[in-house]
Amino acid sequence: MSLDYTNDAELSKKLIEEVLEAYPEKGAKKRKKHLNVADGKSDCGVKSNVKSVPGMMTVRGCAYAGSKGVVWGPIKDMVHISHGPVGCGHYSWSQRRNYYIGTTGVNAFGTMQFTTDFQERDIVFGGDKKLEKTIDEINALFPLNNGISVQSECPIGLIGDDIEAVARKKAKETGKTIVPVRCEGFRGVSQSLGHHIANDAVRDWVLEKADVQWEGTDYDVVIIGDYNIGGDAWASRILLEEMGLRVIGSWSGDATLAELERAPKGKLNLIHCYRSMNYICRFMEEKYGVPWMEYNFFGPSQIEASLRNIAKQFDETIQQNAEKVIAKYRPLVDAVTEKYRPRLEGKTVMLYVGGLRPRHVVTAYEDLGMEIVGTGYEFAHNDDYQRTGDYVKEGTLIYDDASAFELEKFIEGLRPDLVGSGVKEKYPTQKLGVPFRQMHSWDYSGPYHGYDGFAIFARDMDMAINNPVWGLFQAPWKAA
Amino acid sequence: MPQSVEKVLDHQPLFRQPEYTEMFKAKKEQFECGHPDEKVQEIADWTKSWDYREKNLAREALVVNPAKACQPLGAVFAAAGFADTLSFVHGSQGCVAYYRSHLSRHFKEPSSAVSSSMTEDAAVFGGLTNMVDGLGTAHKLYKPKMIAVSTTCMAEVIGDDLHAFTSTAKEKGSIPQDLDVPFAHTPAFVGSHTTGYDNMMKGILQYFWKKQERTAGESLNIIPGFDGFAVANNREIKRMLDMMGVDYTLLSDVSDVYDMPADGTFNMYAGGTTIEDTKAAMNAKATLSMQQACTSKTLEYAESVGQQVKALNYPLGVQGTDAFLMAVKELTGKDIPEELLVERGRLVDAIADSMSHLHGKKFAIYGDPDFCLGMAQFVMELGAEPTHVLATNGTKAWGKQMEALLASSPYGEGCQVWAGKDLWHLRSLLATEPVDFLIGNSYGKYLERDLKIPLIRLTFPIFDRHHHHRFPTWGYQGGLRVLVTLLDKVFDTIDADTNETGVSDYSFDLTR
Repeated sequence: MSLDYTNDAELSKKLIEEVLEAYPEKGAKKRKKHLNVADGKSDCGVKSNVKSVPGMMTVRGCAYAGSKGVVWGPIKDMVHISHGPVGCGHYSWSQRRNYYIGTTGVNAFGTMQFTTDFQERDIVFGGDKKLEKTIDEINALFPLNNGISVQSECPIGLIGDDIEAVARKKAKETGKTIVPVRCEGFRGVSQSLGHHIANDAVRDWVLEKADVQWEGTDYDVVIIGDYNIGGDAWASRILLEEMGLRVIGSWSGDATLAELERAPKGKLNLIHCYRSMNYICRFMEEKYGVPWMEYNFFGPSQIEASLRNIAKQFDETIQQNAEKVIAKYRPLVDAVTEKYRPRLEGKTVMLYVGGLRPRHVVTAYEDLGMEIVGTGYEFAHNDDYQRTGDYVKEGTLIYDDASAFELEKFIEGLRPDLVGSGVKEKYPTQKLGVPFRQMHSWDYSGPYHGYDGFAIFARDMDMAINNPVWGLFQAPWKAA
Repeated sequence: MPQSVEKVLDHQPLFRQPEYTEMFKAKKEQFECGHPDEKVQEIADWTKSWDYREKNLAREALVVNPAKACQPLGAVFAAAGFADTLSFVHGSQGCVAYYRSHLSRHFKEPSSAVSSSMTEDAAVFGGLTNMVDGLGTAHKLYKPKMIAVSTTCMAEVIGDDLHAFTSTAKEKGSIPQDLDVPFAHTPAFVGSHTTGYDNMMKGILQYFWKKQERTAGESLNIIPGFDGFAVANNREIKRMLDMMGVDYTLLSDVSDVYDMPADGTFNMYAGGTTIEDTKAAMNAKATLSMQQACTSKTLEYAESVGQQVKALNYPLGVQGTDAFLMAVKELTGKDIPEELLVERGRLVDAIADSMSHLHGKKFAIYGDPDFCLGMAQFVMELGAEPTHVLATNGTKAWGKQMEALLASSPYGEGCQVWAGKDLWHLRSLLATEPVDFLIGNSYGKYLERDLKIPLIRLTFPIFDRHHHHRFPTWGYQGGLRVLVTLLDKVFDTIDADTNETGVSDYSFDLTR
């Protein structure tokens, strides 16, 4: 249902020139490679996954955020220790809205903040002993935890602690899974290396150590790279189950450790956020022969295509079921489109988000008649941009690791009807009188995945753009 | 199909629909391999027992749900209150993303700060290049008049020298020689955000004041401290000082930068204390701090240049505001005007009208050390009883101070003071020795849920309720607002407990 539109390439080019002029020479030279105008090339022609320019006000986070915040944090029956000073765990406490069901503090720990709260003496004398004691205290006070992960903050890697030795020792003593993760914030250039390190830790300390007895079926699949933000994984799971598949694991939204351990027994890994979990999918393919495929559950066009693609990997019964699921939800899709499309038709959108969304949500907007005029990733790699070219139209402004300065100038220049980005970008954008939706946390709404999510997505975009508040910015006595 | 376009179900009702509840049940039974329900219940009950409390309080290493953040957050907050000032945090970049998000989530406002984006190579070779380039880029893009440099723990562990680095940046020409670049080392493994506030404030004052001579004057400096209600509280103290005719300077005033009008423009440097005023503040007769824990080093420094200094403890309510006004009077010689006496009378009148609904109610209070002191004092003057007071970043000295305050009123009798404890400790305390109401911040909602003790949000951070910080809690006017907040929770709780027709028709009173 994609629209046929192009964007004003000349305007996009001009905006890029203008922002580059504002940088010092060295910075401008670096930033130039990250900004481009889509011209039909599949990789969008931008450089990515390199260091941010110091002082530019990057939006990026760190490896700890990628590991604890994204990959490990949602695993609900494990305790995740923010190992180091108090801040990292504090700022990321309960902020990603990875929904789960469990008795928090008893058999689930997702919305809690566990930390070793490093003091100066821990820096000076090392924190391994404190970590050991912390693990003992967790096991004593939270006996139903099914495992513990150690999420390293910056100092750990700098003071030479051996958290792996502690993990091995304590795992041997307790028989529980204990996972050391070397996700110190200074590693890599963004959250992205944290995802990779977290994936490797899953490989080395979970999959390679697990001995799983599992009665499989031909329809066993695992959802990978869905963190259940606002319930996304649930709104996806329901569709997969309706088409007759058995979701034996959910990585890692609403997951238990058992769901991770079991994954190699599945028939197919379905990956939503490619960026954060492709590593482990490749590993499972090589090691256990489990194939993987990407899918996209944002908006009806992509959902339908994905359901059919997934079904193709199975027998005719599943394929017929997929058609039934599509047909079942068609009236909902039609009703949503009929109601919201006239209100959103032709509205322009600028996106600046993380892992998969700068491309994955494009078609969902287009399903509502909206047009993407700019998009970019905080922490993408080249393979993300290669997957983006087909989603965007010519003339679209592309920005990688954009600074707050660039975003403001681009928003002022393109004057989109909607910006979708993060909490740091929300309030400056709204001050400009430009409607905004947070597209990491769904602005505390969601789910946005699946058919149930699409209705919420459409409603949210409509209320953001068509809210009366945007007409109140100018006092009537100031009107031109 | 649960979803419909006529009434789009949000996550809350959506996942209660049978399609989803059945799915959750099947997932749990078939795939989660969890512990049996009976076991979960058994442990859940145990976590609320005295036995658990003792084990919990005996923790030596593990910290769970601490009510404190790290130093640089306080440094960024302090710097945000100076005009045209950009925070530059030297170290890993993820930290800065966290501070900005954290402040934005509370204030629902932009929060600007830059990082020197140090990575592994900087960990090995030091972050000098990051600092030199970073200052240059930040200055050129964002055109601040002052760059306030603080540090993440990474830069502290490797021992980067801010004084040398900022000087080098000037020598290398990445920033102008005359650009003001005060700095403060703010290691996350020492103290908390209140310490960071203190260090940054001292860093800024020292930077300007050490270059000049003091000519003693008559003005008064006020340092508000780290305060989630600063937007409205700062305005309230300015209003009161104006009424008194005091010549004053607020050192770090975030009331504009965290409360910008929506008018189609974005000004990342709205308001704040100007460099000129900051320099001139050296000549003040005295510096008055609203929060002792945020200013211990700063006041020591102000005293060393010849100023009188005094620290209050987040003054709230009648006596808190009395103490503030009398401190101002003492330090400036200005009289407290009749209008403020009228405001005082109105607050006292309101308390007299409502005290019967608060009398004897038990409150647990947690938050920053000064907030706890101010809040406990107000609770006691309302005839209510603080029962547990907890500050994760409270020191032993704070504990003693708290105990002395509690001993000053019969309503403080039996109250227990918990310095350095976290909110998981508090859970045990509240499970074994319950209270009627809990005063804290948004993180308290988990305690409210687990223990069914109504939460009153009166301190930073408040993420899940909007705009509270736009109304003051300081001053007599602010006291009214705190009073009403407490009363609303009391009345709402009674109504919620008595709203079942045929069961509790009584007590659901129209007039109270």
